[in-house]
Amino acid sequence: MRRLDSPRYGKMKDTRFAQFAILINSAVPLSLLAWDWYHHRLGANPTEFATRTTGVLTLLFLILSLAVTPLRKMLGLPWMIKFRRLLGLYGFFYGCVHLLTYVWFDKFFAFGLIVEDVSKRPYITVGMASFVMLIPLALTSTQKSIKRLGGKKWNLLHRLTYVAAIGGVVHYYMLVKADTREPILFGVAVAVLLVYRVLNKFVPKITQRTPSRLAP
Amino acid sequence: MLIKKADDIKSSEITDKSLYLNRRLFIRGATLAGSAVATGFIYRYFTSHGEVAQSGEKIADVQEAPPAAPPINEKSTPYEDITHYNNFYEFSTDKLEVANKARRFVTRPWTVTVEGLVQKARTFDIDDLLKISPPEERIYRHRCVERWSMVIPWVGFPLAKLLDQVQPLSQAKFIAFETLADRKQMPNLGSDVLDWPYVEGLRLDEALHPLTILAGGLYGETLPPQNGAPLRLVVPWKYGFKGAKSIVRIRLVEDQPPTSWNIAGPREYGFYSNVNPNRDHPRWSQKSERRIGEFGLRDTLIFNGYGDQVAQLYSGMDLIKNY
Repeated sequence: MRRLDSPRYGKMKDTRFAQFAILINSAVPLSLLAWDWYHHRLGANPTEFATRTTGVLTLLFLILSLAVTPLRKMLGLPWMIKFRRLLGLYGFFYGCVHLLTYVWFDKFFAFGLIVEDVSKRPYITVGMASFVMLIPLALTSTQKSIKRLGGKKWNLLHRLTYVAAIGGVVHYYMLVKADTREPILFGVAVAVLLVYRVLNKFVPKITQRTPSRLAP
Repeated sequence: MLIKKADDIKSSEITDKSLYLNRRLFIRGATLAGSAVATGFIYRYFTSHGEVAQSGEKIADVQEAPPAAPPINEKSTPYEDITHYNNFYEFSTDKLEVANKARRFVTRPWTVTVEGLVQKARTFDIDDLLKISPPEERIYRHRCVERWSMVIPWVGFPLAKLLDQVQPLSQAKFIAFETLADRKQMPNLGSDVLDWPYVEGLRLDEALHPLTILAGGLYGETLPPQNGAPLRLVVPWKYGFKGAKSIVRIRLVEDQPPTSWNIAGPREYGFYSNVNPNRDHPRWSQKSERRIGEFGLRDTLIFNGYGDQVAQLYSGMDLIKNY
């Protein structure tokens, strides 16, 4: 299989079908959202529902993409790395839809109002900043970019995903009226992933399982 | 007879290559379809809220609104939307879920105690209380602090008629309304998102204003639980949260009573909470609102459009400071 084996990750499984399955499955929530919208099944306030749902999906996909590395190391399944880019790009994609719902349904493309909002409302500022951070990450998600930047630089840049995810959680936390349970749940998820990273750096023995398929 | 050992059989002899490829295609197709359906179910699990068919009982002899209540030439919000998009935190903080969580709420027997600085403190049986004054249809705008609004045909009568019965003392300056807090029936009381029981309050002159009503009905029928059955407060020129639901106690007091949302966010939810497009919520603008059922936004009106009737209650007051 072309390019599936690498000295770093060892022998790779052919994950193309699994990637395709993830591609399809990740589009299911948006499809159902669109379907429900078309059939007037989003409740009394469809625009609010769409904004909330796409926002949660953005966070969910960012967290899933961040969970790939810990999972692959803990389970000793190196080929899982193949899913990371896809999940991350879906996070960006849902972020775009989320932003679009705000720009369209809430501001009706009134640029001045958006600028005012971004400068005046801290939760919008944080949300927008997190989204902007995702743009360079999406742009450098190609194999080519990794080569051009070099692994080290690329990895450093893509740690921004953590900053964006934390920003997303803060954005969510700041906008709820009183019930902070859901944003806190997402916050805990990001915190767990961060703790794993720290442990992995200092005590990799307990955070990694040597992949059995790793070439000697 | 030739018996082949397993080793002698080439796999290509057992399964024809095209069949093998077909089978692989089939398995992959099934995996894709199956996983997509599973993902769909997960999405549905987290986003659906259980349907409830709600219908109240017809209220007999509903009167037309008296001339004091301004007529409204805006379309009433559909019953379905009014009854399935509710802020009632005792049941759930998800507006779409309240109707389902409240579906078994028991509103009979029910009593409402009116006490404090009154001459005749009294505990009313709800059915007696609802007969104090003939039910009137009051079609009011309803503006939520969250920037959405509705037009709701309430059935109720002026709060002043109830206060006539108990005769407030001259020291009484404020009035507090308390919502039932029954852990057995209200699943979200275990959370600490607000200070339970829910308390809201008004100045006494606001309470006596002819637009302030106690509502027991909606669209000519008794209120469903999610809208505050059996009895709720409606103050149309204030943000919706001022209208305490499922009231069990009304107290007349001398000092401004502590109120739940004001305790939860003093900078965000003032005691007055009059609808005011000029005073932003610290986190969002209050200049416009989304009328449920409409795609675009409407301009929010000062006092929710009831300025002619109520502005004199606040003459000389700084409405930005006294939000």
